[in-house]
Amino acid sequence: MERVNSITKKIGEIYFTLLSPNEIRKMSATKVITADTYDEDGFPIAMGLMDPRMGVIEPGLRCKTCGQRVGKDKCPGHFGHIDLAMPVIHVGHVKTIRDCLRSTCRDCGHLLLNDKQRDDFIDQIGQYAIEGRNINYLYKEIITTARKSDTCPHCGREVGKIELDKPTSFRENGKKLTPTEVREWLEKIRDEDLPLLEINRKSARPEWMVLTVLPVPPVTVRPSVTLQSGERSEDDLTHKLVDVIRINQRLQENRDAGAPQLIVEDLWELLQYHITTYLDNQTSGIPPARHRSGRPLKTLAQRLKGKEGRFRSNLSGKRVNFSARTVISPDPNLSINEIGVPHRIAEELTVPVRVTVHNIEWCKELIIAKYAPSSLEKDYVAGVNYVIKNAEGVKRRIKITDKNAEMISESLEIGSIIERQLMEGDLALFNRQPSLHRMSMMAHRIKVVPGKTFKFNVCVCPPYNADFDGDEMNLHIIQGEEAKAEAEILMKVQENILSPRFGGAIIGGIHDIISGCFLLTNKERKVPVAIASYLLGAVGYKGDITVCDDERIGRYVMGRDIFSTLLPKDMNMRFKSKTYQSLDSEEAFVIIKNGRLLQGTIDENSVGAFKGNILDRIIRDHGMQAGREFIDNVTRLGIAVATMFGFTTSIDDEDIPEQARLKVAEGLDKAMEKIKNLVKAYEDKELESLPGRSLEETLEMEIMRVTGRARDMAGEIAGEHLGLENSAVIMAKSGARGSMLNLSQMSGCVGQQAVRGERIHRGYKYRTLPHFKKGDLGASAKGFVASCYKKGLNPTEYFFHSMGGREGLVDTAVRTSRSGYMQRRLINALEDVKVEYDGTVRQAGGQVIQFIYGEDGIDPTRSLNGKAVDVDRIIADIKEEA
Amino acid sequence: MATKKKTLEDITKHELVPEHIILSDKEKKDILKKYQLEQNQFPRILDTDPVCLHIGAKPGKILKITRKSHTANKAVSYRLVVESSK
Ligand SMILES: [Mg+2]
Ligand SMILES: [Zn+2]
Ligand SMILES: [Zn+2]
Repeated sequence: MERVNSITKKIGEIYFTLLSPNEIRKMSATKVITADTYDEDGFPIAMGLMDPRMGVIEPGLRCKTCGQRVGKDKCPGHFGHIDLAMPVIHVGHVKTIRDCLRSTCRDCGHLLLNDKQRDDFIDQIGQYAIEGRNINYLYKEIITTARKSDTCPHCGREVGKIELDKPTSFRENGKKLTPTEVREWLEKIRDEDLPLLEINRKSARPEWMVLTVLPVPPVTVRPSVTLQSGERSEDDLTHKLVDVIRINQRLQENRDAGAPQLIVEDLWELLQYHITTYLDNQTSGIPPARHRSGRPLKTLAQRLKGKEGRFRSNLSGKRVNFSARTVISPDPNLSINEIGVPHRIAEELTVPVRVTVHNIEWCKELIIAKYAPSSLEKDYVAGVNYVIKNAEGVKRRIKITDKNAEMISESLEIGSIIERQLMEGDLALFNRQPSLHRMSMMAHRIKVVPGKTFKFNVCVCPPYNADFDGDEMNLHIIQGEEAKAEAEILMKVQENILSPRFGGAIIGGIHDIISGCFLLTNKERKVPVAIASYLLGAVGYKGDITVCDDERIGRYVMGRDIFSTLLPKDMNMRFKSKTYQSLDSEEAFVIIKNGRLLQGTIDENSVGAFKGNILDRIIRDHGMQAGREFIDNVTRLGIAVATMFGFTTSIDDEDIPEQARLKVAEGLDKAMEKIKNLVKAYEDKELESLPGRSLEETLEMEIMRVTGRARDMAGEIAGEHLGLENSAVIMAKSGARGSMLNLSQMSGCVGQQAVRGERIHRGYKYRTLPHFKKGDLGASAKGFVASCYKKGLNPTEYFFHSMGGREGLVDTAVRTSRSGYMQRRLINALEDVKVEYDGTVRQAGGQVIQFIYGEDGIDPTRSLNGKAVDVDRIIADIKEEA
Repeated sequence: MATKKKTLEDITKHELVPEHIILSDKEKKDILKKYQLEQNQFPRILDTDPVCLHIGAKPGKILKITRKSHTANKAVSYRLVVESSK
């Protein structure tokens, strides 16, 4: 890879200047006077908008100013200019013009400050710079102070009230100021007053904010395109300039001919409009200029502003080569470190390899490998797409085809670079947008697989926040040795198992993996030898295992012994399983002694992401490599168990017996009765209000409490009939997927629907829907859904449920955009803050933000849920030793 | 130049005001060397800050501030006293 030797330099200051009318004329290659572009023969008209003195766009033609062509010697393009018949305000500067007019005298041009005030402010400007304080407040103060004087302290003229009529006209005491008058006023402002108005006197004069000459950008900036029909289509900027020239001409003619003042003023306003929209077509207060098709024109400001503008789209963000994007799908047989790349993509993407004495033979073979007869028998053979020859400093890229492969292979020289196709083990960065944290982009080892999708282990879904409902992801192939080393050490998935956000694993078992572990270890599971050997084969176990014998079921292996094969031999642990977390007996605990699971059910609390105790312990005691192997093995074992034992869920998992249904209905009736009584008490004014609440609030709170309890009751009754033999319950209790609340809503009662945390109350006058009586405060009239999902909702319940559901959707839509913008601002503010080698946190200029990172110097990734030391663990270990 | 003003209470005794100590010239030199810092890279504090007025910290001095910390119990940081504009 090439390397540019750069010298680090510090930018001292940047300042922005205005172009003076003289400068605009001086840099102009031609004056533009005709609004036409090309003549009938298709040649550009002299002194028209496409005058070849402003540069050329057709290849071959020569620029009339510098004599160069577009292609090789590259004419950069040259500015032209339009002399305006009358001055025009520049929209971009109206606020500065307003401030200048407000704080200066129209007669003598002095700042409206007495000498003492002025001297004080000059002192303060110097002092602010020394202190590094934000000077904007001071400039604002100068203007507000100057505005306060009623008369000019220098000539005594009464100070008028200046108002800005958006976007571009000014009034003094209600009387309109023409741009000519504004310009004359600004001309009077003295150079020595400019620094107090935030203007650099070396680079700008205030009257330059009123345009008398308009620069015309080079044709290269606004190229015309020829459509297939042979028709010429001009750039939006050219269109706008045509308007400007036309009106400018008419204004000139009318003024010279002595036309009535009214007509001249109208044309002047029109010229102002065209120049304003030429500069910014989204100026508030005026309609945007439109194309014939009705599309608003993209003028100067639109080219720069916003997400699609020059800065964010072309300068901060760029398009890249050596990348691919496709749909993703899961593959439990891949390691979390791997990624499955389809053949078609592997053949397109390349890795550069420099040809040396050591690898030249290998390179030569690689070039012809694709075309060798033996390659037909294999699924995938990596070849070479390009050879880059370096002949006397000129680089030549040669594409390899079946015709030239042999020849190029033979003539391959040391020092050339071959771009070889992907091979197993190449490193690549894998990414899913939105990239909200560093785990959104991790390095994977490539495995070339059939199919058309990227494949990866499901355990890596949480850090990417990916699912497989059509999500697409991007892949970037690493091109240099330095980048490869960096990615290997810092970005590989296994290095990112622990999240810097909370100091725990973000990658771990999910879904079927947890269900599988549960099935294997719950309730002393005995596994027949045949199945056990399949499971042990899945994880590649090659050691001994205890086999028991039973008259009834024959030879078997304990499920927990199979799981124990994944544990390190020195592991000793004791913690509560998730499944039995509410149980207060010894069975609820998982006990591991010397790497053997002695008792307990393996579930989310053991192997899950976020709270897997075993996973956490392995990573802390044995490192990332061991952690990765554990996750890979748990994935294979969990999936194998689920496959061999069988695991399925369906609608009848939510069936509850008839008498339970009646019991739920009875409970709901009681709750309804209670609500009716509450409403009656409220209407009879017998309800006692809670402290600090109105009567209405008290009623609402009480009713919400009753409905909440009613749903819990329904859930409990349903739960009594949903035991651990039920797959849906297994998933909920073991933490694989879903919750008991989901289940009780399916088989018990959906419960109260809420919008903004209140019972649903909006809709019609005094009622939510026309199906209810006006003023009905009862449960069903205000969004209580007594049905369960399985039975189905009645029409009013369905409507309320949709209202509640919509609130959720609106919330997420609003939240994502708002938090996205917030994150953007945070990232921009913090982008060059980093921890230095001495432990200090510093800005780019070396300014200290913290003397020790986080005040304790602890890397949260390596902390235990944010704490530096795990005291409990140390005590347990010492006890163990004693 | 700011001078010590009379404050109503001894603000340094307030529980939200951390301990501020003026470093000697020797200590200041050591700190600058330890962190390899230029004066302008230091966090700043105005000499008109109530604490500066109270303890009489003059521009150019460095204050050692010991705060309570969620993560480290006690955290030490330093600020350079600079002259304010008024
Ligand atoms: Mg999705
Ligand atoms: Zn040129
Ligand atoms: Zn005056």
